[in-house]
This record gives sequence, C-alpha cells and structure tokens, in this order.
Amino acid sequence: MPGLEFDGLTASFNGERVVGPLSLSVGEGEHVALVGRSGAGKSTLIKLMYEQVEHEASLIPQELGLVNALPVFHNVFMGQLHKHSIWYNTWTLLKPFRKDREAVASLLEELGMPEKQWIPAASLSGGQRQRVAIARAFYRGSPLLLADEPISALDGLLGHHVMDWLTSHFTTSVVALHDVEMALKYCSRIVGIQNGQIALDAPASELAPADIMTLY
Amino acid sequence: MFSYPTVRTSLIFLAIAVAGLLVADIAITTANPWQDLGRFFLGVATPNFFSTEGLATALLRTVAFAFVGVTLGSFFGFLLSLVYRFLPVRIFCAFIRAIHELFWALIFLQFFGFHPLTGVLAIAIPYAGIFAKVYSEILEEADQEPTRLLPPGSGAIAAFLYAKIPDCWVQLRTYTAYRLECGLRSSAILGFVGLPTLGFYLESSFSMGMYSDAGAMLILFYVLIATMPLWLRPRLLPIYILGAPFFLGEGLPIVWGNVERFFTEDIIPAPLRDGEGLAGLMPWLGDVMVTEALPGVWNTVVLTQIALVATGILSLLAFPLISKHFGGPVRRTSGHVFLVIARSTPEYILAYILLQLWGPSMLPAVVALALHNGGIIGHLIGRQSNTIHLRPDAPHGFARYTWELVPRLYRPFLAFLFYRWEIIMRETAILGILGIYTLGFYVDSAIQNIRFDRAMLLILITALLNIGVDALGRYIRRKLALQTMPTC
Repeated sequence: MPGLEFDGLTASFNGERVVGPLSLSVGEGEHVALVGRSGAGKSTLIKLMYEQVEHEASLIPQELGLVNALPVFHNVFMGQLHKHSIWYNTWTLLKPFRKDREAVASLLEELGMPEKQWIPAASLSGGQRQRVAIARAFYRGSPLLLADEPISALDGLLGHHVMDWLTSHFTTSVVALHDVEMALKYCSRIVGIQNGQIALDAPASELAPADIMTLY
Repeated sequence: MFSYPTVRTSLIFLAIAVAGLLVADIAITTANPWQDLGRFFLGVATPNFFSTEGLATALLRTVAFAFVGVTLGSFFGFLLSLVYRFLPVRIFCAFIRAIHELFWALIFLQFFGFHPLTGVLAIAIPYAGIFAKVYSEILEEADQEPTRLLPPGSGAIAAFLYAKIPDCWVQLRTYTAYRLECGLRSSAILGFVGLPTLGFYLESSFSMGMYSDAGAMLILFYVLIATMPLWLRPRLLPIYILGAPFFLGEGLPIVWGNVERFFTEDIIPAPLRDGEGLAGLMPWLGDVMVTEALPGVWNTVVLTQIALVATGILSLLAFPLISKHFGGPVRRTSGHVFLVIARSTPEYILAYILLQLWGPSMLPAVVALALHNGGIIGHLIGRQSNTIHLRPDAPHGFARYTWELVPRLYRPFLAFLFYRWEIIMRETAILGILGIYTLGFYVDSAIQNIRFDRAMLLILITALLNIGVDALGRYIRRKLALQTMPTC
C-alpha cells in the first residue's frame, strides 16, 4: 500500500459484461489517467477499485454523493468522521470546533470558494458542488486517490489548478478523465479503456494526444 | 375505455358498492331530520363560547393529550423504524396500528380507568406503529451514496447522523407535523369514551340540545387546526412538549388490582377461566363467531365498500372546487373552506352529529366517512391538478373536466383512494360504538356486559381484517402500478 493490483477482473450489469476480464497493477507513486469513450467502463473500474481497497481511499465519484441539506463545512468534515469519537462528531454537527473550521476553510480557500463554508450544498452550482466533493476527498487524507471525472464541471484554469494540486498531494492516484490534454500533462501513466478492456497502457511521456485519440 | 385496468378495477368496486347498498340498512329514522339539522346549523351560526369554562379546559386537554401521545408515538416509532427491516418488528407495528385509538382507549379504560395514561397510550401506541412504518420508508428513500463514501470506521451512529438524517429531515418534520394534526383529531374523539377532551364536551352539549355550545366547540377546533402553522413553531416545541404532561388533568388514580385482574382473569376466554378446558373453548369460539364476529365483519365490509366508493365520487366532484382550472377566486376560496372543514372534522364527530340528527342506520356513517375522506382526497387531487399546465386552447367547463383533467388525475386519485381504504375500514369498525352494527358495536356491547374476553377477541379480529385490507390495497396499488406518498 498504497498500490493496487487487479487480476482477471470482471463486472457485469444486467447480465451483460461491461468490464474485463482485465488485469492491472498500479504501483505506489504512480498517477494513472483512465481515458476512453463514455460508456467504456471507466466509472465501473473506479468503483471496483474502491471496493478492492476496502474503501481505504479518497474517492471522488461522478455523482459526488453530497448531503444536500448539510452545509459545505459538514460535507467536507465527513471525510474524517472515522478519526473522531461519536461525541466529537455529534458535537461538530451542532457546533464545529475552531481547529476543524480552520482546516476546512483553508481547503476551500485553495479551491477558490472560502465564502461558501456555511452554505447548504443544495444551493451550490455544479462546479462548486464538484469542488466540495474534491475537498472532502482531500480532507479524508488517504494517500490513494480514486477520482471519476473530478474536474468535468470546472473551467480551464481552475481545472488545471485542481489537477496539479491533487496529483502533487496524493501519493498515488487513479483518475478517470475525458480531457486528453489534462491526462498527458498531470498523470504519469495513461491507461486507455475500450469496451471494458485495456486498449492502451503506456507512460504519459511516450504518448502524444493523437495516440490516445484512436480510442475515441 | 373498458380495456384500461384502472377503469375495470373502478367498475368492479362500484358494482360491489351498489350491491352493498341493496343489502345495507340505509334510512333516516328520526321524525324531523331536516328540522334538527337546521337547528344544528343555527347553533353553529350562533356559537356560544362562554356558556361554561368547560370548553376552554376541554380544548387545553385535547391539545395536551395530542402532544404527549404524538411525542411518545414519534419517539418510539423512530426507534422502531431503525429495526423495521426485521419481520417480527414489521408484524408488531402492523398489529398495533391496525387497532384504532378508540379501541386502545376502551382497553386501557378497563384497567387504568380514567387516568391520563389511558388517553396518552391510546394515541401513542397506534401512532408509534404508523410512525415506524413511514419513518422507515422515508429513511429508506434517502440517498445511499453519502453513506457509501464514508471512510471505514466512521461508526454507524455518525454515519446515520451525517449521511442519513439531514437528507430526510424536512420530510420527517413535515410528516410529524401532519401526524400532530391527526393527533388533535384523535385526542378530540377520545372524549367520546369519557376522557376529558372535546368529544366529551360535544356529546354532553348535544345530549342537552345545546347546539350553540356544540357549534362553538366545532368552530374552536377548526380554528385550532387552521392556525397550526402560526403556533406550531420549532422554537416553541420544547415548551409544548415539556409543558403538555402537566395539562392532562388529574383523572382518577389507577387501581393496580384492576390491572392484574384484567390480564389474569378478565381477558381469559370464559370456558378456560371456568375450568372447562379446551372442550368448552370450541363452542364458545363458535358462539362468538356466529353471533358477533361474522355479522360484525359483514356489516363492516359492506359499509366500508359503500363508503369507499362514496368517498371516491365525492373527491372527484369536489376537487374542481379548489382547482385553478375552474372558476374564479371566490369559488376557490369557498371551496377551500368547505374542504378544510370536511377534512378537519374527525369522521367520528361527523358520524355522531349525523346520527343524532338522522337516527341510527348506515347512512350517517357513509356520509360522514365520505365527507371526511373525500375532503382529504379532493384536497390532494385538487392541489395536484394545479401543477398541470394545459395548452392555451384547451376546452373549458365540463369538457375540460372530463377530457383534460380526470384522465390525468385518475391514477393518483386511485392511489390515494386505495391508500385510504384501510383507514376507512378502521374508522368503519369504530363507528359501531355509535350504534351501527359494525365490529365496534359488538366490541362495545361486550365491554358493556363485562365480557372482556369476547371484546379482546373481536378487537383481534378487527385488527386482522384491517391488516388484510391493507395488504389487499397494497396489492392492487402494485398491480395497477400506482404510487403514493405517505402523507395522506
């Protein structure tokens, strides 16, 4: 740990195989971009990896999984519920401690939304919601990041900033991306998925955008 | 049109109700029903709020019993909802909610007597069963994703508090507030079995022919329910909940010997109590079934089916009153007032009043059930009709009703109606206490004759009948793919 190892992995949906059989190993320190057409099986693969590591990873799912009724602070704080006692967590629900408030505030600062800390997640825009899910994954503090299209709703500059920030803070990461340029710029290895199979697996430094476009 | 399953189901139910009408006892037996009705309306029009101080006390007690009962019910219902996935819990909850508040009150009266505990438990127990079911449905529908995302080791309680409760909070609160309104109605009718709430006051005013006092009581009750949004504030809730137990009244002290005797002697079937053993039990059971249970079940079912169809017809006639697709603001406002009064008046009170005016038969019961339930469903369907956007050149008047609205609203209408089927049956059984020959009549007479063993058996049969109809209603709703929300 933190690394990943899959062997002969398959996944079916409604009796139809959507992934595999495929084998993949991700070593510590690698930043893997999963690329491929939508429906190729990237999301399923991310979910399977999360199960494989028994949820011991920071996850950013495509559907984000925010609790709409809770403010941004609590949505982010949920990343560390396992680190505190039940009393601490319950009290925080009513009245957060200063130290946690500051920690969450600095994360939100990094993501360019410091003023939103006490706004319910329900009243945020799509891009803001995505950043809350990113902050929660970051706050979780696992060395392994599993992310499914984490910057799909962010504009260019912010997207670059977030990708840079994520890949430099997590030891290991597997990120599903549809943006080929981002994948090449911030990840060390590109894994192309086609029809639930690995169609391409090479270091990012050896690839040009045109090589990846063949997958689409 | 007959090929639609919804239409066919409706016609079958209509046919059953018409057949029921042929065998049912529908008549007005009093000499001057319309004169009495006129006097009653005159009483409502000339309410007398100051005849006794009893009215204010009754109102206070009604609110206090509702608060304590519903609070306890929602607390224990919530605990039960957490383990609702276990079959024994589900069966237990189905059983306690299948027994009407008034039956619970009649049971507790036999051993706790006129102690406040009788009224509190009579509300709290069936409500706990209902809360458990609805709360668990609400919690189940919450978004599962946040829970799945929590780090391992977050703990079940923290997961519940962070990922589940906030997501359901608004629904839980809305439903509980709605139930408090029902609790006020339940509390009011507990007076009919002698507890110090509004029903008691109404019954005594009526029996003395003091219609203006009765009118004042009804008006105050409507005002109480209509102003709920004003006085039911989250900040005031702790005060109400902590204060309510002090306003239940003294009642009479519990005689613990009675409690013991009730469980060890009174409810043991007579042949067993008298040492006749199992040999004597069969004739006893047969006697109860033939002379009381079967006639009671038959009348309950017949009356329920007639009342169900009458409710449906009334709802379909009433919803245009509040629909924005018909009429102007004047008609809609008066429509709202009519429907609020119809659904705020407990069916038991409506039936009581109509029985006093028209004499004992099934007719007052059918009209009372149809008015109350039709008021509720008409309100819900009317509200739903307001979300429909018609094309600008849509027809008007009767053509709009028959071609544009009813076809769109018929499925939700049926869903609500079948949801309320079980509730109508539960009420039908209880209306027997007023002298109609449904199951409640036989339960009440058994209690009058101090044959608690028979009464308990009949209550058990009533509960099973309700559970059966509930299951049938759910089956039909599933077959027809009808969906409802729990707040109905």
